[in-house]
Amino acid sequence: MMDHILSLLVFFPALAAMLGFVVTKGSVRAYGITVALIEFVLSLWLWYAYDPMTSGMQFMESAPLIPAFGINYLLGIDGISLFIIILSTFFTLIGIASLTETRRIKDLIITLLFLEMTMVGVFAALDAMVFYVFWELSLVPMLYIIGAWGGPLRIYASIKFFLYTFTGSLVMLVGMLFMAYFYYQATGMWSFSILEWYRLILPENFQLWLFAAFFIGFAIKVPMFPFHTWLPYAHGQAPTIGSVILAAILLKMGTYAFVRFSLPLFPDASVFFMFPIAAIAVIMIIYTAMVAYAQEDIKQVVAYSSISHMGVIILGTFALNVEGVSGSVFLMLAHGVVSGALFLLVGVIYDRRHTKLMSEFGGLASVMPRYATIFGIMAMASVGLPLTINFVGEFLSLLGFYKQSHSVTLLAGTAIIVGAIYMLSAYKKVFFGQVTNEENKKLKDVNTTELLGLVPLVIVAIWLGVYPKPVLEPINNSVESVIQLMHDKAQSPEAKARIPNLSDAGAMNLHQEAH
Amino acid sequence: MLESINVSIASLNIATLAPMLIAIVGALSILVIDMVKEGLHKSFYVMVALLFLLLDLGALIDFGGLFLKNGTVLGFFDVMLMDGIAILSQIIIVAGSMLFIPLALTSKRFHEYNYPEYFALFLFMIAGFQFMVATDNLILVFVGLETASLALYTLIALHNRSKSFEAAVKYFTMGALAAGFYAFGSMIFYAISGSVEINQIATVLAEDHYSNIGFVLVAVAFMIAAFGFKLSMVPFHTWTPDVYEGSSAALAGYMSIVPKIAAFVVAMRLFEFLVHSGVVWLQVILYIGVVVTMTASNIWALVQTDVKRMLAYSSISHAGFVMAAILIGTTQANSGLFLYWTLFSFTNLGAFTMLWVNRQKNLLPGQSSDHPYEKFSGMIKTMPMAALMMALFMLSLAGIPPFGLFWGKMYMIGAAVSAGYTVLALIMALNSAIAGYYYLKLIVFMFMKEPMVGYDKYYLMNASLSLKTIIGIAAIGTILAVFAVNPLLVTITQFVYNSGY
Repeated sequence: MMDHILSLLVFFPALAAMLGFVVTKGSVRAYGITVALIEFVLSLWLWYAYDPMTSGMQFMESAPLIPAFGINYLLGIDGISLFIIILSTFFTLIGIASLTETRRIKDLIITLLFLEMTMVGVFAALDAMVFYVFWELSLVPMLYIIGAWGGPLRIYASIKFFLYTFTGSLVMLVGMLFMAYFYYQATGMWSFSILEWYRLILPENFQLWLFAAFFIGFAIKVPMFPFHTWLPYAHGQAPTIGSVILAAILLKMGTYAFVRFSLPLFPDASVFFMFPIAAIAVIMIIYTAMVAYAQEDIKQVVAYSSISHMGVIILGTFALNVEGVSGSVFLMLAHGVVSGALFLLVGVIYDRRHTKLMSEFGGLASVMPRYATIFGIMAMASVGLPLTINFVGEFLSLLGFYKQSHSVTLLAGTAIIVGAIYMLSAYKKVFFGQVTNEENKKLKDVNTTELLGLVPLVIVAIWLGVYPKPVLEPINNSVESVIQLMHDKAQSPEAKARIPNLSDAGAMNLHQEAH
Repeated sequence: MLESINVSIASLNIATLAPMLIAIVGALSILVIDMVKEGLHKSFYVMVALLFLLLDLGALIDFGGLFLKNGTVLGFFDVMLMDGIAILSQIIIVAGSMLFIPLALTSKRFHEYNYPEYFALFLFMIAGFQFMVATDNLILVFVGLETASLALYTLIALHNRSKSFEAAVKYFTMGALAAGFYAFGSMIFYAISGSVEINQIATVLAEDHYSNIGFVLVAVAFMIAAFGFKLSMVPFHTWTPDVYEGSSAALAGYMSIVPKIAAFVVAMRLFEFLVHSGVVWLQVILYIGVVVTMTASNIWALVQTDVKRMLAYSSISHAGFVMAAILIGTTQANSGLFLYWTLFSFTNLGAFTMLWVNRQKNLLPGQSSDHPYEKFSGMIKTMPMAALMMALFMLSLAGIPPFGLFWGKMYMIGAAVSAGYTVLALIMALNSAIAGYYYLKLIVFMFMKEPMVGYDKYYLMNASLSLKTIIGIAAIGTILAVFAVNPLLVTITQFVYNSGY
């Protein structure tokens, strides 16, 4: 059973989705929740069975798919992917449970279950081609969700989303084919296995080109400045469930892929591009935070703040040390929880008033106290208040980069302050003051269905903020092995210096303890 | 007194003719049956044609086994050449035809299927294509090409609509021009090498160190024009959208697959030795031709308002994509060509069949073509299964994994990468992204727009069990392609490699 748990996790939702065509319209929501719950429990079981002390891949599965071209069905997880998989199943469950959409609910739930398959598949794949299959396939359900259930400009937004990411990933595909070809040249065998690619040491100029090819694919997905323009449209037009999944999971595919591909495959190129990418990340953080402040639509505020935080994740990833990368992986989870929750909260108010303009609101705290409390907690978490989940990730990411450059980190740090300004001012506009709009006076507070989705998120946001160890430790172990691999593979002296050598440090610690 | 010629029957190796003869005998027997008993239903002819094609396929598979054991078989004074790529392409031709012919079993009556001659011509056409690929004799290629083309023009015209006549005449005129170019090209090759067999030409030219390079280039220019017409390479593509629009959707789908694979094989035989022997000019022209064909037709496809015209431009673009294999010329690329075309035939046949089942007798009110995008709007709400099928074929054509065509695309781009054509690989990838837009446009219409009032009665108007079966086969082939790619790839590579390409 545990031998095939990953395949089960990947294909169970898809199978359930196909069977879901039979379920009648009235019962399909309950069916969706049941399937998502089973899937979530399976993923928790995966966590239970996972050995946090081992840094390598676990639950590996392998079957030949196209052996003539080195493509194998290869799955496996480590501490980095484990929690993102759990995040995916968790958010699919919460998304379906708190679904308020009534139009063609059956199509929507079946689509969501297919989407869940692609999300889990991306994070579990260890073969580049299998990864690519799920990566591309994830575009289709999301295209449908935005395009069919979205706002007035939904078709434009969905096509923009699709074409942007599709173009980027095709460039990445060429990069992958190059990697496979280099592997073929080096060993005489075709292989798309990431683990085998890890063993390949490439000359630095090849690394730079390949890094660039992969970067285009990943950066559009994240999305990094200046490729971010599709995201505000997608968020603005997507239905609540679409925004939640997009922000919580789909964007993480890009940042996850940086950790899984770019860093260990191209250590020298990663060091070479460290500061250019850090510059982009800092622009992303500051610029989008400012744009967020200028928004009048509450959903756009959340959308831009989401891009801004993705900048911190990128910065942490390209710190290229254990603190930074672990912090960025943790921040991926934190960002998923917090921005997912914020989009859900925006959806709650949109369902009641059918507007997202902040000027329409004001004084909601007195009308909807429970809603205001939950929104407040999540806004604080988004700002990065200590003892909330975001704080741990942001702190570690920035600490990691502080070791590489003080000034860049300082600049990025100011953005946290800007972040506080836009989030708090948005909160003030919506919740404080007098209730000026007549329509707002009769608004109902969050109901049980909505609480069912929101309360677990609040609990997670605070629990992991206070006690991140159970999650952070497995992440840390796996990140250490990635960093060590990078250090061992690095060729240029600068890369050797920038990427810490952990085995030395470990040896030194032992040495000191002995004395 | 003339010297008596001793030819043993055994050395003729008549067996090499068997596959074509089966098709020809099939066609003749259909004509004979019609003389004996008139007025038989089309279902009878469809099944008879199908049976003869099945025999044909059986003979080809037999040759395939023989080839793997003994290598290339020659026959008829070495005119017939049954090498790996001949067998492979014939299998694609015959199998593609077998999927096509049941499309005649529509629920609506169409004029052309009342004539048994339609089916006879169809089988003659297949024999023509088979001759075209199973030889390296330029004259036999010409004979095969013309047999097939003349039959095809007639098949188009039999659709009996003014647009079909226009299409047939247009195709005929262009085809005649291409035939002229082809004859000129062959003539010059014969003049400089004294032979009409491609391998002889190659040997003579190589021994001579291409001293007649000027003539070679003139011949190549004529040949490129001839094959440009047949493969609808830009700028010789202008007939394609009109001809596709005028033909029935089923025949248009057929034209996008079978005639092209035949032309590809001849182009492969002729151009590859030239590319390999360093005729730089040809390389440059092919490079430009491939890039322009892919890109320009993609851009034209973006602005089409009719799905069939869009698919016509898209098939030009696919042909350009595959033409890259002939430019690259490695075994991997040539295997990629066959892999791509096998997967493409399933997907494209499915897409055109979807149009065919949605064919109505007369034009829609307020529309000027048979399949405007608007006709499909909101299809997910009225006909969810049909919409899903169509979306599947569109996603596959766009190259979304894991559906059929993605693996072909991936392997072709991989071949470009391995052969050092980095820029070409990037252009191929980016063209897939452009193409994504117009395939997506149909999906947007089907899934995201509201249905047009009163249009639902036009959906699936032409559907019948056998058409639905064909769509089912195409869909299964497209979805499960991932499991078929490895055996296909192994077999194809073996055939291509052992034929020396």
